[in-house]
Amino acid sequence: MTLLHIAILIPFFSVPFIPLLYKFLHRIHTGWFVMLIPLMLLIYFAGYYPIHQPLEPVIQSVPWIPTLKVHFSLYMDSLSLLFALLITGIGTLVVLYSIFYMSKDREKLNFFYAYLMLFMGAMLGSVLSDNLIVLYAFWELTSVSSFLLIAFWFHRKRSRYGAQKAMFITMTGGFSMLLGFIILYVASGTFSIRELIAMSDQVSQHSLFIPAMFFILIGAFTKSAQFPFHIWLPDAMEAPTPVSAYLHSATMVKSGVYLVARLTPIFGGHLEWFWTITIVGLITLFIGSSLAIKQSDLKALLAYSTISQIGLIMSLLGIGSMALNSNYSESSLMFAGAALAGIFHLINHSIFKGCLFMMIGILDHETGTRDIRRLGGLMHLMPISFTLTMIGAFSMAGLPPFSGFISKEMFFTGVLTASRSMDSWVVFIPIIAWIASIFTFVYCMILIFKAFTGPYQPKQLERKPHEAPLGMLISPMILAALVITLFFFPNLIATSLLEPIVKEILPQAFANGEEWHVHISVWHGFNTELLMTIGIVVIGSLLYIYLTKFRNIYDSIPLKFSLNKVYDRGLIEMERIAGLITKFYMTGSTTHYLSYLFVFVIVMVGGSLIFQDAIYLDFSDNSPIELYEYMLGFTMVAAAIYMLFTKSRLISIIAVSVIGYIVSLFFVIFRAPDLALTQLVVETISTALFLLCFYFLPKVNKYVTNVRFRISNAIIAIGVGLTLTVIGLSAQGHHLFEPISDYYKDSYKLAGAKNMVNAILVDFRAFDTMLEIVVLFVAGLGIYTLIKLRHARRKEH
Amino acid sequence: MTFSIYILFAGHHNPGGGFIGGLITASALVLLYIAFDLQSVRDIIPVDFKQLAAAGVIVAVLTGTASFIFDVPFLTQTFTYVELPILGKTELATAVIFDLGVYMTVVGTTMTIITSISEDEK
Repeated sequence: MTLLHIAILIPFFSVPFIPLLYKFLHRIHTGWFVMLIPLMLLIYFAGYYPIHQPLEPVIQSVPWIPTLKVHFSLYMDSLSLLFALLITGIGTLVVLYSIFYMSKDREKLNFFYAYLMLFMGAMLGSVLSDNLIVLYAFWELTSVSSFLLIAFWFHRKRSRYGAQKAMFITMTGGFSMLLGFIILYVASGTFSIRELIAMSDQVSQHSLFIPAMFFILIGAFTKSAQFPFHIWLPDAMEAPTPVSAYLHSATMVKSGVYLVARLTPIFGGHLEWFWTITIVGLITLFIGSSLAIKQSDLKALLAYSTISQIGLIMSLLGIGSMALNSNYSESSLMFAGAALAGIFHLINHSIFKGCLFMMIGILDHETGTRDIRRLGGLMHLMPISFTLTMIGAFSMAGLPPFSGFISKEMFFTGVLTASRSMDSWVVFIPIIAWIASIFTFVYCMILIFKAFTGPYQPKQLERKPHEAPLGMLISPMILAALVITLFFFPNLIATSLLEPIVKEILPQAFANGEEWHVHISVWHGFNTELLMTIGIVVIGSLLYIYLTKFRNIYDSIPLKFSLNKVYDRGLIEMERIAGLITKFYMTGSTTHYLSYLFVFVIVMVGGSLIFQDAIYLDFSDNSPIELYEYMLGFTMVAAAIYMLFTKSRLISIIAVSVIGYIVSLFFVIFRAPDLALTQLVVETISTALFLLCFYFLPKVNKYVTNVRFRISNAIIAIGVGLTLTVIGLSAQGHHLFEPISDYYKDSYKLAGAKNMVNAILVDFRAFDTMLEIVVLFVAGLGIYTLIKLRHARRKEH
Repeated sequence: MTFSIYILFAGHHNPGGGFIGGLITASALVLLYIAFDLQSVRDIIPVDFKQLAAAGVIVAVLTGTASFIFDVPFLTQTFTYVELPILGKTELATAVIFDLGVYMTVVGTTMTIITSISEDEK
């Protein structure tokens, strides 16, 4: 257990205390306490920040399930550090903002902050884990906590719908990703990302290498809302705005980008990787930016813009990965520039999008609406908000003097590099990128000018707007200040953070010790990139002026075939088919259920006995059977047969317990006191339970059963009996392996227990026991709930 | 009851253990319920069996998790011998705590099932 492990676990450990703070210190907003956690972690992670030389990667490992090669191992390099800083930094600002946004009297803050901390821990875990299985666990935990946060206002139908949609899509992707991880494990024998990178040549020889790549990419694309999985993100906007600012723009949606960057050393250089990521990224960029213009809800507009911007980052990482392809090794440094642009834009996007989301939250909070058709003319009423929104939106549009300008110019350099150094239809990449950037410019203008200029319509607003309280403005102000600082001093992070990150993403490209230093300059001369920007501003402004006409184009696109419709239709069909299947076998009759189970046993176990040629009867070394053993055996048989013909439940129960007690007698004879004791007590308890239950049941009525039913039951019964007898006898005859019982003979030495059975239960196989008692407990709760619910329902009527 | 507790702690070296101890306790309690009635037994033994079961699961899981603190894999059990004033050389094993969790879960769950079924009206 190291400090790094504790840093990840702190948010989880804080969760139980949040409701207590909420309950006992209700007069103080719970957010003030919660804010200390991300702040503390931010300071801790900032301590790792390399000022003079690149960060030496730190690796810390704690064995978790060593036999399955699952270790809780953490790996901290510049890429992980960047994400950790974003998670804790934006996390601090978001919590600060939420203190003013979430009312402590109306909202259930205890749940809100508990979910938020759960999310933060999960996010830190997924960007710091080196073990793929641990990464997967944290990854899914981010989906779960995001589900809880989206559904925070669960009384709204849209919130529940959005939460379900996000969970469905991201978790399906997660499963697919797990499949990919397992294939990688089969190919390499390790779950460690670093070890996988070291043996990437060997891994890529595996026949399932390309499918594994696609399975993992589906995970990354669903999480990062890439086309065609982007449909969950706009619906996730039902979450409270601080959540949208944090999860759905700055951190969680970027974990797909993180995964792509992290795994580029393994998969990069393969053309499949390059094409998939670049094309998906560009399509997402294009669709997201063009759909954003259509939105009238400002938050939905931001959601689509997030989709498109992450598509942009993805496509840059895709282009960057070509640095690892041996055919293009002479231009590998130019491709590295694309990866650099991607990472730089990722930072910029987190900052300006965080700021913009907070501003939209303020607008919503102060006016009661986010609809641009009702907003307008707020510039004079909310001058600070206007300034901050403008800074964020200009940065997003890629205009100077804001940091988004630099990364957008670098983006153009990246796509031009791709089209210059590669042939075939790569030439389309810059064109798509350029058109999408025009759309980006247009929606940024909508964001600023529709809400803040134009006619002021006080009658359309629910509240009288005024400037937001200072506390709410602090967080976006800090972010806006960062936007400007990064424009004027981009090299603050260039050499110490960006350069090592690119070298980590593309290690093979720099393996021969080539000199490569990052220096970002704001003014890069009159070149194609600058001309493209000028073109964007000119055409974008024209489009904005003729926006009403331009928007009409969208109305002519039929809605019928949209992906959302496909999703909704799929949901309905899935429920219908599931209902049909369930109706087919859930008949409500215990007899049916039991016969399914037994037939399954006969087919599976009996079938494999026959097909595996496993029947083997050998009685040669059996010990002689004593007379009293015969007697006990016959009593059991007699009790069983008697049970078949009795009509009273009571007698049946007693006959069953006779069998059970005789079994325990057998255990006594064969010197297994532990088993005998257990069998005795289990028999007693279950008899008592049966007696209790049967008291309520109607009288046994055997005459309703027809002959066919009886014959089929008899066949099933004989089949099960035969199968199990043959298994028992065959198992006795076979001696294929050394019996494992020898290992347990050392139980006293290994576990300090003289009782071997107990040592097995609590030491050697304690994991089984633990899960068994959990199952037992859940079953008990289930019975309790069923009965109590019945009472409650009866009282209602 | 005394016997069941003896069984629980003897489990490490002699026949017995948490599961069986729990069942014996449960059967003792069932006997009490049969001899008296639900309400009077509840007055004598004011235990919420649901909570007991939950506590048992938590104890068992926590004993497993505690091994993390000592940098050893999940559910690693350990044992040691200490000299106690009256009992002399006594063995302390974390496995016994784990077993206690099992015991509590078994008693709690069994009793929850039995009492809720018996409380159920027709």
